[in-house]
Amino acid sequence: MSAVELGMPRVGFFTDTSVCIGCKACEVACKEWNVVPAKGALDLTGESFDNTSELSADSWRHVAFIEQQVQTPTETGSAEGVRWLMSSDVCKHCTHSACLDVCPTGSLFRTEFGTVVVQQDICNGCGYCVSACPYGVIAQREDDGRVFKCTMCYDRLKVGSEPACAQACPTQSIQFGDLDELRGRAQARVEELHAAGQDKARLYGESPDDGVGGAGAFFLLLDEPEVYGLPPDPVVTTRDVGAMWRRAGAAAATLLAGVAAAYLTDRG
Amino acid sequence: MSPRRGPQEEFTSYYGRPILKPPTWAPLDIAGYLFAGGLAGASSALAAGAELTGRSALARATRLTALGAIGVSFVALVHDLGRPARFVNMLRVAKPTSPMSMGSWLLSAYAPLVGLAAGAELVPLPVLRRVAPTAGRGAAVLGAGVATYTAVLIGDTAVPTWHDAHRHLPFVFAGSAAASAGGVASALTPLAQSAPARRLAVAAAAAELVATTAMERSGHLSMETLHEGRARTLMTSAKGLTGGGALVLGALGGRYRAAAAVGGLALAAGSVCLRFGIFEAGRESTIDPKYVVQPQREAMRSQAPVA
Ligand code: SF4
Ligand code: SF4
Repeated sequence: MSAVELGMPRVGFFTDTSVCIGCKACEVACKEWNVVPAKGALDLTGESFDNTSELSADSWRHVAFIEQQVQTPTETGSAEGVRWLMSSDVCKHCTHSACLDVCPTGSLFRTEFGTVVVQQDICNGCGYCVSACPYGVIAQREDDGRVFKCTMCYDRLKVGSEPACAQACPTQSIQFGDLDELRGRAQARVEELHAAGQDKARLYGESPDDGVGGAGAFFLLLDEPEVYGLPPDPVVTTRDVGAMWRRAGAAAATLLAGVAAAYLTDRG
Repeated sequence: MSPRRGPQEEFTSYYGRPILKPPTWAPLDIAGYLFAGGLAGASSALAAGAELTGRSALARATRLTALGAIGVSFVALVHDLGRPARFVNMLRVAKPTSPMSMGSWLLSAYAPLVGLAAGAELVPLPVLRRVAPTAGRGAAVLGAGVATYTAVLIGDTAVPTWHDAHRHLPFVFAGSAAASAGGVASALTPLAQSAPARRLAVAAAAAELVATTAMERSGHLSMETLHEGRARTLMTSAKGLTGGGALVLGALGGRYRAAAAVGGLALAAGSVCLRFGIFEAGRESTIDPKYVVQPQREAMRSQAPVA
């Protein structure tokens, strides 16, 4: 189905957060392979083990850490315990990708793999994509002026290898492959978790019917998306652009009519 | 430590962090451009009317205003780029899905026409005088587009306040642009010729206030950002200046040149405040994740099949 949506075969990421151990190997592998600069001095946030905080121009994978107070069953009943949620976030490589739609230079483009990539030699740093992305992924590097984000290791895909993060992940939390096949695998996994009593397990971004036409990088989450800092159900805003142009056209016509009226109502 | 919960949040966010990235745009550049582009576009429309009805002083004032404002717009737009030297990349492609791309083409067609129309006022060349009327009429039509497409430019983003306002913004911006252009022209033109500018300014100010109120009452959660913090100050000032400016201009602007100047400039200042207010409210709406999470949750609930 994904091939039909884009009219091309398509690869993607399935990030199964239920097996993530929070090792951040993906973050490191991404930085190393893509020569992404460090943020500067280590800034301890106090937010569990997360000192990366968000996806940005200099963080193309971001491992979120969430500590939840839960009741855990014990032999004598239940006790207060901590549940850890860890999830490696990344650009969603949307089917209907707002960043790509709005880019005025054609710097952002759809690759032959169905992914979304910035051409750094073209980007003029207008920042439109930054405000368009409903996931807050793409961002500007201040000292450089251009925008940066995950390329799904476009250079590695071209030579037939998998992205650095997927290769580095020791638990197969990050799985790379044909998108349709990943969707099938994810469905089986979520059913397995439901059968094991994890009833909050859910897939996020896998459906081609969602507001972005399905993400090329989708997730298995163990709680609500917003707990992980993800928007619950974003809709690509460029979907309304036709209606917006029509409204603007009507407003422009009203403006001209108003000016004409200002002259025509003249008595003097 | 458990994730922080904001006081009114009905959901757990990720340590209270934003979901969206705030706009990279500098307020002075982009909110400034929203104003200057609107002033230019609507001034061109006024200028064409002045030319057609033989009001040479009004034509001169509005043509020069349009030229100055579009010049400022270009400087602001280029300055705001992360890589200003690459600004010509805007014309690499033409993409209807990108309002910025369409806007760049629109401006590239509009600005030379403004230059030709205003050129006739600045350089006494017969050829310029001959093409100025036609160029000016072209600039009027394109100018209406320049004054309103900026609503699509900011509406077509994930910024909650801007996107939620996308139905109202074109009319808010059209009104604001016409009010500022009419106001500036009233201030710069002798009373004998400025009557159409005054009429436009007063009517547009009223239209802008109506459209802004409709936008604020559209029921979107994000509209509350228009009433908080700095945006609140700006939006309140915008209403005061626009309403007051229109009253002074309408009541006294036909008799006293000073009143026309005061009222007209107040309208322009009101337009400035409105653009900066909407810009600021949008920025704020990207910071608090509730403007992303709550509306999306509500949409999901209303779409969910009733079990
Ligand atoms: S997640 Fe954002 S940056 Fe990534 S493809 Fe979608 S819109 Fe573009
Ligand atoms: S910042 Fe670069 S990639 Fe983003 S929309 Fe502008 S030109 Fe395109």
